[in-house]
Amino acid sequence: MPLNIRTYHELTEPDGSGLAGQIAAQRGRVAARLAAVRQVLAVLSGKGGVGKSFVTAGVARALARAGRAAGVLDADLNGPTIPALLHLPVARCRLQEGAIEPAVSAEGVRCFSTALLIEDGRPLTFRGPEAESFVWRGTLEATALREFLADVAWGALDVLLVDLPPGVQRFQELTELLPAPPTVLVVTIPTPESRDAVRRALRAAIERQGTPLGVVENMVGGPFTGNAGDDLAAEFGIPVLARLPFHPTADTWDSLARCLESAT
Amino acid sequence: MKFLCVDCDRQMLFEERRLPGDGTLAAAFKCPACGRLVALLTNPMETQLVASLGVKIGGRTIDEQPFETVRSMVATGRADAFTDDGQRTTDNTPTWSPDAQDRLARVPGFVRGMVKRIYADYAKQRGIAEITPAMMDTARSELGLEGM
Repeated sequence: MPLNIRTYHELTEPDGSGLAGQIAAQRGRVAARLAAVRQVLAVLSGKGGVGKSFVTAGVARALARAGRAAGVLDADLNGPTIPALLHLPVARCRLQEGAIEPAVSAEGVRCFSTALLIEDGRPLTFRGPEAESFVWRGTLEATALREFLADVAWGALDVLLVDLPPGVQRFQELTELLPAPPTVLVVTIPTPESRDAVRRALRAAIERQGTPLGVVENMVGGPFTGNAGDDLAAEFGIPVLARLPFHPTADTWDSLARCLESAT
Repeated sequence: MKFLCVDCDRQMLFEERRLPGDGTLAAAFKCPACGRLVALLTNPMETQLVASLGVKIGGRTIDEQPFETVRSMVATGRADAFTDDGQRTTDNTPTWSPDAQDRLARVPGFVRGMVKRIYADYAKQRGIAEITPAMMDTARSELGLEGM
């Protein structure tokens, strides 16, 4: 005679542990913190080395010069470069009214990054059992992203740029944490190899309800040849917002920032 | 995760949590009908996975601290990354026994300020005048502060 065992979803009474409620509260903290952020803009490529962080920092600085309130969350937890690109000195993080104050660049860009937390020259390493660490490491990184969203005093922002690492996993974590899917700025270099990698990532982002604003083709006019920007723009029906040379001027960044604002 | 008392067909309720300090966790659940107790025992990897989510089996007894999981889990954090040192002195601020101070000094600087504040708030809320290692053990288990 088989046992009559109710299933997980049939047990609906509280058990005093409230794990689902704790998760809901975490999501609520993210939503409350970002309530005054007008736009979350994920900077994505899917491919490493195309200059996502460079573009993120350049756009953020240009937006700040134009008088916009801009922030950057450096979601490349293992390879953080945003503070250096914003010329931020490493300073101690201040706890103020239950939140961590972001670092602020000379131009007024608010920023948070693991580079502000971890020792110089050391990797981001977590305490915990080494055996089967692959099981929990990804979860911990997603939690770090959640805490960067929820616990940094971002304040009222016109745009919060999220600098993503290569691949699409961090974008998927971001969309699960945000109250609404983000808009997406796509970065590529001209080569067909980059186009193919970016295409996959962009398709994954669209499947997650991300809204692509346009493509930035970076490192144009150098050794990298191809039409990745135009190809991606045609395939996804989005504009090429800028073609950046190896050494873009402030005017180039300002123009890109204006394009982004008009595309929003 | 939920526990069902099959005989009574009732969901069991969280009763008590213990953190022995070896990375494992024990949580007891009780049937509200027949009183039967079962204990959930997790190995270090399972304990870490739950902690990685930033949740507490048995529920939270203190509000989530800013960067709570990052500060308690990152091994390569700068000792001087944060300015909070937990020193918010008031008339009823508990004192730290020498043994408790020694133990606190062994906590990595990256998380020490947060740990100090949590223990001080725990003592203050319960009218405890002096923080001792024994009180820290009790608080750690009661609050679910694995690794602190």
